[in-house]
Amino acid sequence: MKHMTRKATRHISQNENLIFEKSSPGKAAWRLPPLDVPEVDAAKLLGKQERKDLGDLPEVSEIEIIRHFTRLSTWNYAIDLGMFPLGSCTMKYNPRVNEFVSRIEGLANGHPYQPMKISQGALRIIKTLSECLIEITGMDAITLQPAAGAHGELTGLLMVRAYHESKGNPRKKVLIPDSAHGTNPATAAMVGYAVENLKSNERGMVDVAALAAQMNEDVAALMVTNPNTLGVFEQEIHKIAELMHAKGGLLYMDGANMNALVGKARPGEFGVDVMHLNLHKTFSTPHGGGGPGSGPVAVKKILEPFLPKPTVISKPDGTLAFDYDRPQSVGRVRAFYGNFGMFIRALAYIFANGPDGLRQTTEDAVLNANYIRKGLEGVYDLPYDTPSMHEVVFSDKIQSKKGVRTMDLAKRLIDYGFHPYTTAFPLIVSGALMIEPTESEPKEELDLFIEAMKSMAEEVEEDAQFVLEAPHNTRVSRLDETQAARKPVLRWRPEHP
Amino acid sequence: MRYLPKSPADREAMLKAIGVRSMDDLFAPIPAEYRLSGDLNIPRQMAESEIVDWFKLRAKENAEGYTSFLGAGAYFHYRPVIIDALVQRGEFLTSYTPYQAEFAQGTLQAIFEFQTMISELTGMDLANASMYDGSTGAAEAVMMACRITGRSGAVIARSVHPEYREVLSTYATHQGIPVKTIGFAESGRIDAKELQQAVTDQTACVLIQSPNFFGTVEDVEAAAEIAHAKGALLVVSIAEAASLGIIEPPRTADIVSMEAQSFGVPLGFGGPYCGVLATKEKFVRQMPGRLAGQTVDKKGKRGFVLTLATREQHIRREKATSNICTNQALVALMVNIFMTVYGKVGLRELAKQNLAKAAYAADQFGKQAKVLFGGAPRFNEFVVQTSEDPYAINSRLLGHKIVGGLPLERLYPELGHAALWCCTELTTRSMIDTAVGLVAESERAVRSMKEAEEEVTL
Repeated sequence: MKHMTRKATRHISQNENLIFEKSSPGKAAWRLPPLDVPEVDAAKLLGKQERKDLGDLPEVSEIEIIRHFTRLSTWNYAIDLGMFPLGSCTMKYNPRVNEFVSRIEGLANGHPYQPMKISQGALRIIKTLSECLIEITGMDAITLQPAAGAHGELTGLLMVRAYHESKGNPRKKVLIPDSAHGTNPATAAMVGYAVENLKSNERGMVDVAALAAQMNEDVAALMVTNPNTLGVFEQEIHKIAELMHAKGGLLYMDGANMNALVGKARPGEFGVDVMHLNLHKTFSTPHGGGGPGSGPVAVKKILEPFLPKPTVISKPDGTLAFDYDRPQSVGRVRAFYGNFGMFIRALAYIFANGPDGLRQTTEDAVLNANYIRKGLEGVYDLPYDTPSMHEVVFSDKIQSKKGVRTMDLAKRLIDYGFHPYTTAFPLIVSGALMIEPTESEPKEELDLFIEAMKSMAEEVEEDAQFVLEAPHNTRVSRLDETQAARKPVLRWRPEHP
Repeated sequence: MRYLPKSPADREAMLKAIGVRSMDDLFAPIPAEYRLSGDLNIPRQMAESEIVDWFKLRAKENAEGYTSFLGAGAYFHYRPVIIDALVQRGEFLTSYTPYQAEFAQGTLQAIFEFQTMISELTGMDLANASMYDGSTGAAEAVMMACRITGRSGAVIARSVHPEYREVLSTYATHQGIPVKTIGFAESGRIDAKELQQAVTDQTACVLIQSPNFFGTVEDVEAAAEIAHAKGALLVVSIAEAASLGIIEPPRTADIVSMEAQSFGVPLGFGGPYCGVLATKEKFVRQMPGRLAGQTVDKKGKRGFVLTLATREQHIRREKATSNICTNQALVALMVNIFMTVYGKVGLRELAKQNLAKAAYAADQFGKQAKVLFGGAPRFNEFVVQTSEDPYAINSRLLGHKIVGGLPLERLYPELGHAALWCCTELTTRSMIDTAVGLVAESERAVRSMKEAEEEVTL
């Protein structure tokens, strides 16, 4: 191995086949209690609708299942193992008390249709979290129904559309900066809006002059991420809002990067009309290998009538209830009330922090990003030298001269025991390395990361081929993605037909 | 703050290294007028013990210790304890979407196994890695059908979960997808004649649910024939996944949208749950959501990657199949473990117990009141029509710490005093007998009141 740091060492991990390959008839990991009602004849009750065979489902014992999933788990990297600097993903510590309280009997087993009289605890959790998030964002009202960030965007734009329709014209377009996350344009299309790109200026911010030129009465909204995907605060945000409002448009804020603002600044105060939050980013609910998320949408007063139904209201007797009587609502975006289990976790996180903890959290997140920026300046190209908030974006300009691109560097970083940064995003930076450390990293871990990044840059100079062949230390080497897409194998099948 | 791993000295050293004097300097990019000077008005920092106490109090206010006959898209099944033991491993809980495949083979192989088992159970060729839930999954399935057929109309059965229909209507409104609703026949199944009339050569798909909202198993084949005759697709929504252990899967459907909550996911007051889409091989490139696929590494060793990403928003932006990004991965892992625990034999036995409990309960209720939709097979839910308002009956049941069936008056006013009851393997005979006893009392009381009234009029 070339340069290695103090972060990681190779160690043995167990091989493990697919669960189907361990199955054999007669093994079982279940037992049902004796039936206390008469047995039934399924054939008689169901006729031709009776299913006779469950095909290739496995038959295995409990210890095999425990080992199977435990072995698989050891093949993953995770926040619990170390720094996970994925830009715009906010991979922060997921507190264990969140998991504990979400599993309390009575919360975990509450049925969504149980009578209001015995749902007061759940409603109180929804109400308390709503109030906290409204305070944190400086908005006026909120819905917790959306299941993830993109779902929140959909909900927000549905409200934008309903608002314009109530004024007699839904309008035609949504403006989206070229630095935006892909969900923004995909969402606008789902709500029936044409997408118009908005160029960034040389500082990586919304080009206000371009916006003034593109803004007209056909534009329903501008979707802006603030800080944007370069980790840069849109300093002219108020001007942007004024330009939008002057022509009757609305300002949508993608809250993916809210971890840079909580307790330090409130979007409601700088002209934002509607925004979503990602509870699985800013508010510490676990990413779980890709979900579940939760994407509450906070709005200003003018959009409140359009919130999805039901909303939670206080009744005169002090009890809480769901309100379905909302004639202007955009309707439902999900069955029931949203990812309630994530509400519990996010609220536990807010309680654990309080106002001082949330502020310190944001400060540490920004401190960490700037510390990395300082540590790697000159080693990697910094395409925009605008001040960074919670994340910093470098490019592979220097290393690409040796034929090494951001994805190659990412693979080599794995050998050093770190999860890679976000690669090749935002699109306005060619070969981007987007680094978001979050507040959860101690100084020692940041120093190890900087050391690894520097060591890698040296390797590129000394032996680029070695880096191009990375990772060298993982269970599998670089996987053939082209083959996977050309001839997709998306499920296991038994070998003999 | 106990989650923050820095001493004041660390912060000082880092500020110095960066070359700024104070934390305020780092926030200078935010214009001063928007920088908060005071504290947010939220509860003060709490100790862990205080947090636990606060939520325990909420749980007490929230029907701790009740048993229930509620189903209607959210089912109370037993969850083997190994599910929580395994999903709480940090390597699953605190990992990200497996874009860096070499470092996430555990999650990827688990998704591949999930996709295999869901395909097998639903009778489809393949399945995706998950959708938010059954309601949004059904709406996405309809949009997928529109892309495949190049048509834009949908026909949906009124016996599909009412909230799923509401979500579809929210999604469809701005995509220019007109939605026609068809009713149900006396058997509880869709009205085939009405369906025949509603499907035209403009119809992209027919959406039915089986078992439907009333627990009745639909004749999927008949619906498929009607849809296919006009070149439309059949989308089948399954809200009660446990039914697939004993009910023939909708093999003639083109897309299956399933809510897999029944498989090891807590009721959790409605979420997070686990939607999933399954379909025929030829439609895979129009499917939304993540897909894990098998491939090899440079040395020819088997491995797994996320694949066919050109369908997705991070590549295709406004031309993507959907805007979905984050899905329900950890919940899908719960489902995965549940399916592995029960497996080929256990899922059938589990479903059989559900069938037996519901058959017994429907039989007992039928002796006291009217059980609707007897003409078609059902799984674990059924509709009971009573003389008295079911809300009144339920409030007496609450006194026994039992939550009765879901009153249907708001959702299906034409059914009168009806409620949807659900029995699973966890419903005990004594619970059923208590509930039936109270319904019997109610019926007797109404009868004697009527007799008294008749005497007076005489």
